[in-house]
Amino acid sequence: MVDLLITNATLPNGLVANIAVAGEQIVSVGSETPAAKTTIDAKGLVALPGFVDLHTHLREPGFEQSETILTGSQSAAAGGFTAVHAMANTSPVQDTAGVVEQVQALGVSAGYVDVVPVGAVTVGLEGKQLAELAAMADSRARVRVFSDDGKCVHDPVLMRRALEYVKAFNGVVAQHAQEPRLTEGAQMNEGKISAELGLAGWPAVAEESIIARDVLLAEHVGSRVHICHLSTAGSVEIVRWAKNRGINVTAEVTPHHLLLTDELARSYNAVYKVNPPLRTQEDVLALRAALVDGTIDIIATDHAPHPIESKDCEWQAAAFGMLGLEIAASVAQEVLVESGNSNWQRVAEVLSHNPAEIGLLTEQGQALDAGAVANITLIDPTAKRTIDGSHSKSTNNPYRGLTLPGSVVHTIYRGYQTVANGELAKSGRS
Amino acid sequence: MSNLQHLLSSADLDRDSAIALLDIAEEMSGVNSRDIKKLPTLRGKTVVNLFFEDSTRTRISFELAEKRLSADVINFSAKGSSVSKGESLKDTAQTLEAMGADAVVIRHGASGAANVLAHSGWINGAIINAGDGTHEHPTQALLDAFTVRRRTHGSASVGKGLDGLKIAIVGDVLHSRVARSNLLLLNTLGAEVHLVAPPTLVPADSGDWQAKIHFNFDDALASVRPDAVMMLRVQAERMNASYFPSEREYSRIWGMNAERLAALKPNALLMHPGPMNRGLEVTAVAADSPNSTVLEQVANGVSVRMAVLYQLLSGERTSIDG
Repeated sequence: MVDLLITNATLPNGLVANIAVAGEQIVSVGSETPAAKTTIDAKGLVALPGFVDLHTHLREPGFEQSETILTGSQSAAAGGFTAVHAMANTSPVQDTAGVVEQVQALGVSAGYVDVVPVGAVTVGLEGKQLAELAAMADSRARVRVFSDDGKCVHDPVLMRRALEYVKAFNGVVAQHAQEPRLTEGAQMNEGKISAELGLAGWPAVAEESIIARDVLLAEHVGSRVHICHLSTAGSVEIVRWAKNRGINVTAEVTPHHLLLTDELARSYNAVYKVNPPLRTQEDVLALRAALVDGTIDIIATDHAPHPIESKDCEWQAAAFGMLGLEIAASVAQEVLVESGNSNWQRVAEVLSHNPAEIGLLTEQGQALDAGAVANITLIDPTAKRTIDGSHSKSTNNPYRGLTLPGSVVHTIYRGYQTVANGELAKSGRS
Repeated sequence: MSNLQHLLSSADLDRDSAIALLDIAEEMSGVNSRDIKKLPTLRGKTVVNLFFEDSTRTRISFELAEKRLSADVINFSAKGSSVSKGESLKDTAQTLEAMGADAVVIRHGASGAANVLAHSGWINGAIINAGDGTHEHPTQALLDAFTVRRRTHGSASVGKGLDGLKIAIVGDVLHSRVARSNLLLLNTLGAEVHLVAPPTLVPADSGDWQAKIHFNFDDALASVRPDAVMMLRVQAERMNASYFPSEREYSRIWGMNAERLAALKPNALLMHPGPMNRGLEVTAVAADSPNSTVLEQVANGVSVRMAVLYQLLSGERTSIDG
């Protein structure tokens, strides 16, 4: 007797199989039909390994009016995620073992996804002094990804030292690439539209120059480096060059940079204000191609909830950021599957296998095979949904009103069904 | 005349509606030269001048226009940004709505603030953009166009555009709402626009702009032979931000001085939106020359703003004395 039997699911490779789960584990994938306490008829559904987000802002501790670890975890589960990396820009900042352990513990008690804390690179995200990286790595939270996200580790010496230091525990620095002097007061992509709207420009070169520097630094010290939310065609070229050269660099792209452009700023509606900013259609196309050809390794949401008052104001006064957890899978499907340019196997790579590998998560991102931890997301690829609300505590959702393909029907997190028939479980896994 | 609800950008005006506004401004100008400079047109209407930035000139120009049309006028000075002062644009707007404002004239440091006000649903009245950040200042463009048209066509101005005229806009184009609004309106009215600026003070990508961009003032004056030269104000905060090496160099290379004045066509207009930095973008000799239209621009500003208020707020289109 198994706990859960998923019948007739379409695997990423296109084969149809039954997946049996006992406890936290997948026990068989194939034609077997063991007796089960619960059965999910997955005919027509695509089974993917549970999604892993390398870039989520859960806002707790400190900004619970925007999101809590519980509400963010629920939104993640609804989006098909079974693990999220919680970014460090909380208050207090996740720059000590104590704070990262607290975040991890709150994730466990929420019980909807693995909450994996990201550690700050520098104390207080201030870019002056390294945070206690090894202490965070050795803590119960076992931090492996370090980032000052929201701020760039701009000082080249500090960046070099961070890249070197985290080698001791095979960590990785995830860089928010933004040259600060080139982006003082920046509001949107610098280009034709910013010129017209009179909004201070955020030039592509401010991102590209940091990426170029950091891949060269990573090469020099023999470290790996991860680039957060790549947003320009030029950044793609630099990462492609670096990979060809054998530099150990990985890169992420957000759903919004794959779908939306700076044309939306014409409305002066701050729901479209994000950092790095929405770019041009040419950039969107370059990012999509890079996701298909492997230059970009993963989709990461940069889910960034904000309260209404932070967006319901003039553009310049508004906060940067937008929601993303519950549309990421649809954007992946649109870009990789509906486009005809790639396939579900690539969706599994960019949303699960690769981010888990970058974050060194051994119990996430595994292929759907017997023996793997039962993190499974079942998608109805034929669904069309018009985006409306979400499970996030915040409403800064730029996708509202758009129709996107696919919907998450079931999410199984460590054998526990966090989403069943599109409905979020009332409580998490205990 | 198109059905204008707000005036947020010069782009809101097509050629016919822009000329109609200028024609109404001509009539208003007639009122402004009477002994009793007052019309009953907006009696019972409440107009709020909502100024988040100091601008005495623009505010009193609007205030005078409103009073000459018999509107009830409220000046609301809300200095400081929404975040730092606690009261948000939204709260301010909803407060004005609750008080029954028929129109709000807004000056704000953030680009797009007038657009946000107009499309937020916070307030139902007409919104007039009196300058939003580095975006636009459409009534300034209208008064500039009015001034050029009048100097060019005199009493035969009514019904005319600015067809065939060459206008040079000189200085900090990048940060200038005056330049953006003028660029759009001058093109709409048929003028040929030339922008003259150091390369640091034009947008990095101005590829879509309907204007020729010049990096040499003297060459531009010689080759274009402009009918009007609009000098832009250099804001103090640009002076130490490496946009140009020094005030002296700026003044020498990009300023309007006696020599450049002498190089203009005899009747060419020398314009400035005010307040001028005498000795920086314009020398006293040039500012006080017969070519200068600075004071006419001020007077015309009242007429043009009366025309805008009239168009947005008066229900029926009878005669202006109606």
